[in-house]
Amino acid sequence: MSLPSRYWREIPQRYRLEAYKCQNCGAVHFPPRLVCSKCQSRKMEKIRLSGRGQIVSFTIIRVPPHQFEDQAPYAVGLAELEEGIKLTAQIVDCPFEELKTGMKVKVEFRKVFQQGESGILCYGYKFVPE
Amino acid sequence: MRDVAVMGVGMTKWGELWEKSLRNIFVETALQALDDAGIDKIDSMHVGSMSSGLFVGQEHIASLLTDYLGVNPIPCSRVETACASGGLALRTGFMEVACGMSDVVLVGGIEKMTDVSGSEATYALGSAADQEYEGYHGITFPGLYALIAKAHMEKYNTTREQLAQVAVKNHSNGSLNPLAQFPFKVTVDKVLNSVMIADPLRILDCSPITDGAAAAILCPVDMVKQKGKPVIKVTGSGHATDSIALAHRDDITWLEATYQAGKKAYGMADKKPQDIDVLEVHDCFTIAEICVLEALGIVEKGKGGEAVEKGLSSLDGKIPVNTSGGLKAKGHPVGATGIAQVIEIVKQLRGEGEKRQVKDARVGMTQNMGGSGGSTLVHIFEKE
Repeated sequence: MSLPSRYWREIPQRYRLEAYKCQNCGAVHFPPRLVCSKCQSRKMEKIRLSGRGQIVSFTIIRVPPHQFEDQAPYAVGLAELEEGIKLTAQIVDCPFEELKTGMKVKVEFRKVFQQGESGILCYGYKFVPE
Repeated sequence: MRDVAVMGVGMTKWGELWEKSLRNIFVETALQALDDAGIDKIDSMHVGSMSSGLFVGQEHIASLLTDYLGVNPIPCSRVETACASGGLALRTGFMEVACGMSDVVLVGGIEKMTDVSGSEATYALGSAADQEYEGYHGITFPGLYALIAKAHMEKYNTTREQLAQVAVKNHSNGSLNPLAQFPFKVTVDKVLNSVMIADPLRILDCSPITDGAAAAILCPVDMVKQKGKPVIKVTGSGHATDSIALAHRDDITWLEATYQAGKKAYGMADKKPQDIDVLEVHDCFTIAEICVLEALGIVEKGKGGEAVEKGLSSLDGKIPVNTSGGLKAKGHPVGATGIAQVIEIVKQLRGEGEKRQVKDARVGMTQNMGGSGGSTLVHIFEKE
C-alpha cells in the first residue's frame, strides 16, 4: 500500500482533468508533462479538458488485478476527447451489450477503487454514455 | 567493432516449477550454456529480469546469481525493460563483446512467477504499463492487448478466427518442443470456447504464467572458430522505445518501437524482411504476433491476420514464425523470453531444430517486446 502522497499529487489531473498545452506547438498532454513529446518545448500552460469524447476501443475485464477483485467484470475503454488526446478509464452506467466504438461519452468524477479495509478511497474519472 | 557470435546456449524445461528457487533455475540453465560452449570461465554477465522484486521479493539478483553460479567477483548487471529484459541482456552483452571490453559474456534471463497468486502476478505484470494512468483504472495486460485487438479487428477486418489460428500454429510448433510448458496442440474451436479473460481475448489467446530461465554465451567470432564450433553471428541489433501508455499512441494498432528497432537491425545486418528464414516474435497475446509481423515488414499493414490464415508463418510456410511454440506454448517467464528466442534461432541455424527444423535456415531474427509495445529489441543472426 502506498502512502497518501502518491495519491494526492495526482489530484489536479484525476479530479479536475488538468492538462498541459504546449505553448510552442499546441499539443495537449494528459497527464501533464514537463517537456513536450512532439516538439521538446518546455513552455506549457495549464488547461482543463472538456471531458467529452468518443470511445476508440474497449474491453471487459474478467480477470482483474487484486485491487479490483470486487468489481469484475467491468468495462475499460480508450476514449478520444475533443482536444484530440486519448484517456484510459472504466466505462460505467452502460450495459456491456450496448458498448460500441464511436459511442459518445463524458468524463465523470467517480470512486475508482479502495486500498483495502483501512486504506484510502481512490477517486478519479470514469466514462459514462452521453 | 568486433564480430560477435553465440558460442553456447542453455535452457531447461519451463513450467510451474514449485520445487525450484529462482537462483537454482538460473544456475542450472547457465551451467548448461557453459557446457554447451565448452568453457568454464566467463568475463561478465548480464541478466534480464522484469520483476524479481514483485514476484519473489528479491532485488539485487545480479550478485545473487554470480554468487550461486560460483563466478564471483566477475561483474554482473541485471537489466530491465519489462518483458523485453532478456533481449536487452543480449544487446548489452553484444555491445560489451563487440567493443572489446570483455571476451566471454554470459547473457541470461530469469523469472520465477509462481511464488505469488494469480491476481498478484497480474498486478506485477501490470506494472509494465503506466501504473498511474492505466493500472489505476483497472486495466490489465490482457486488457491492453484486447483494446489493440478490438481496434485491429475493426480497422482491418481481422477476424476472431485468425487470432485463434495464431494460438493453433504456435501450440502445434510447441508440441514439437520438449522444453515447452504446454507442448500440446489446440484447435480453433478449443481457443474460441476457452474462458474469456478480456473481450475479445480468451485464455488460449494469452501466454501463460511460467517459471524459467535461459542463457547464452557470447564471444568474438574468432574464438568460436578456434574451438571449431558452429559460427552463429549476431549481425544486427536494434532497440527502440515508445510511449508506455497505449493511449498516447496515434494508432494503437501500430507498434512503432518494433518498426524502429527492426529498421535498425535490418540496416546493421544489411538484410530485408524477405531475407529472414526463421523468426521468433513476442506473441504474449495472439494479436501481438499479428501486429509484430506488420511492424517488421514481414507483411503489409493490416495483413497480419491473413499471414497466419494463409500459412505464411507456419512451420512449412515461407517465413516460419515461432517454431519454438512462441510465448504461447513454450511459456513466458517474462525476463527469460528474449534469451529463449535466441536459443531457438541458434538451434535452427545450427540445424538442431529436431522435428521443428526449418530447412536450410541461414538467417534468423528475434523480436522481444516490453509492455504494450513501449520497448522492443530486434536481433538478426546469421550462420557463417
